[in-house]
Amino acid sequence: MAKEYIPEKQSGIGQIIDSIFILVLVYVSLYIPLLMKSDAAAEAVKDAPKPTWESLQLSPVVQEQWVKLGYDAEKAAALINSKFDYTIDPMMLLLTAGIIIVYFVFMLKISDKEYREVISEKFGDK
Amino acid sequence: MSNASTSAAGSERISMLKVLNPFHIWALGVGIVLVGEFMGWNFSVAKGGAYGSLIACWVIGLLYTCVAMIDSEVTSTVAAAGGQYTQAKHIIGPLMAFNVGLYLVMAYTMLEAADAFVVGDLMKSGAAALGYMDLETKPFVVFTIAFLAWLNYRGVFMTLTVNFVITLIAFLAILVLFIGVDPTHSGTILKHKELLTELPYGWIGVIASFQFGMWYYLGIEGTCQAAEEVRSAGRSIPLGTMGGMMTLLVAATLTWFICTGLMPWQYLGQAITPLYDAATLVGNTNLQILLFVATIFSAVASANGCINDASRAWFSLGRDRYMPSFFGAIHPKYRTPYRAIIFLIPIAVSFAFTGLLDQVITFSILSGLLGYTFMSINMVKFRKMWPLGSIKRGYVHPLHPFPAITLFALCVSVYFATFLGYGSTLLSIMGFYIVASIWFTVRRYKFVKRGDQFTMPWPRPEGY
Repeated sequence: MAKEYIPEKQSGIGQIIDSIFILVLVYVSLYIPLLMKSDAAAEAVKDAPKPTWESLQLSPVVQEQWVKLGYDAEKAAALINSKFDYTIDPMMLLLTAGIIIVYFVFMLKISDKEYREVISEKFGDK
Repeated sequence: MSNASTSAAGSERISMLKVLNPFHIWALGVGIVLVGEFMGWNFSVAKGGAYGSLIACWVIGLLYTCVAMIDSEVTSTVAAAGGQYTQAKHIIGPLMAFNVGLYLVMAYTMLEAADAFVVGDLMKSGAAALGYMDLETKPFVVFTIAFLAWLNYRGVFMTLTVNFVITLIAFLAILVLFIGVDPTHSGTILKHKELLTELPYGWIGVIASFQFGMWYYLGIEGTCQAAEEVRSAGRSIPLGTMGGMMTLLVAATLTWFICTGLMPWQYLGQAITPLYDAATLVGNTNLQILLFVATIFSAVASANGCINDASRAWFSLGRDRYMPSFFGAIHPKYRTPYRAIIFLIPIAVSFAFTGLLDQVITFSILSGLLGYTFMSINMVKFRKMWPLGSIKRGYVHPLHPFPAITLFALCVSVYFATFLGYGSTLLSIMGFYIVASIWFTVRRYKFVKRGDQFTMPWPRPEGY
């Protein structure tokens, strides 16, 4: 039977510090994308002439639905002309894929090592 | 500080009450998710057009069917609070379990924050419709979270019974709206012929729409969190989860059909409350009121279920000392993880107050996605370490390993979809989980009692 591991007891202050640490980490992760400001957002075409229903070339039924929703031609054009850009940066894609793969490999390797300790203590050495 | 699973006094080992049935499981799963039909799913329309969103609805539906199949087998066998967290602990190891616990807490707490934010926003819209402009939304956010936390504090039976009632009303509202748009006479109210267009961004847009396609179903796997509180896990979890998945597939398809027949895709792709807008376009005041109430009910049911699930995951992390053991306490009278429930209230409120709804939602979706990736790996290991017949399983899912492989492949496609729309958020969130993993390994693992991490009455796993 493997020697039983006796964990140290954590103090109250230690528990508070650990709780705060994980919270701070969450908030930092939430705000980092704002600092980077690089996430894709739909962008409207700039410097276009003032739109009309005719210039938008919508069918009468589609135009009627826009009007029912409370939109005039100008407001509707702002949405109709907004486009996402799905251009892929290969380096960023490789970097992102690499980070996700490294994360899972690291986690599975360390987990396996820890799991063997658990099994060894629970069932004894093989 | 109390030890795990003790009363507040720390003197008596107590457990949670086993009072739930399959209807409660259905209410927990569908309750969390149904809000996704009332808002959120439609952002997939902006990403890939109306047909792109429909393809996402079905493809991601397949992803979640795999999740439900795998969950039903593993949870009916590992019936303990913490759901996937407890499964990871028994099948993969402590670090994976810690990460899965965090996925659950983050996914549900962020979703809860978004739900409360939406309730506040709806109250403002309702007040504006009645002539009261610029209503302050923050008190409604705080009240929603605090009231639901109180309900959760007082007991799981009442919490999920309330969820069953309001979720059922919200689901029936979608059915009533479907009848109200006269679906058998195309062109009368619904204008699919004129409003449906080609794919605006081609197939890359369809892939991009997978990210928000997750909103059709995100959270159904939360049914596992109640595993320790159901009367019969082997019966209730598969019945409640698969029944919930069928309900959501119907609701998602009807929602898409109604909304795309009434709204231009460019409007639909950015609408805050698309089903309510649909009812408004029909021009029937009763339908409008019904959908307003149903939208609020769906958001409240979702927040309610999220509090239930996040607190159980946080409680489980505390009980095993992966997080401070203070949180691993059960209320001596109500038998609920009360400290975890109370601790998460200000956190959810603060997330709702950040104003970073995009990041909060993406954090929730990605945490869910990381959890599904874990589930595919977990399922393969589970069958390998304990082959069929070696332990008693409450349910055996068919066609193994195809659901696990399909799930893994679909998860990869959703990572790519997230990269297309929220690449820096994706990197930032991965950074969070990497730093947290290193922190656990270096700092927290020394507080974990090794032998206590395996509590199931199973034989030694093969290969270990």
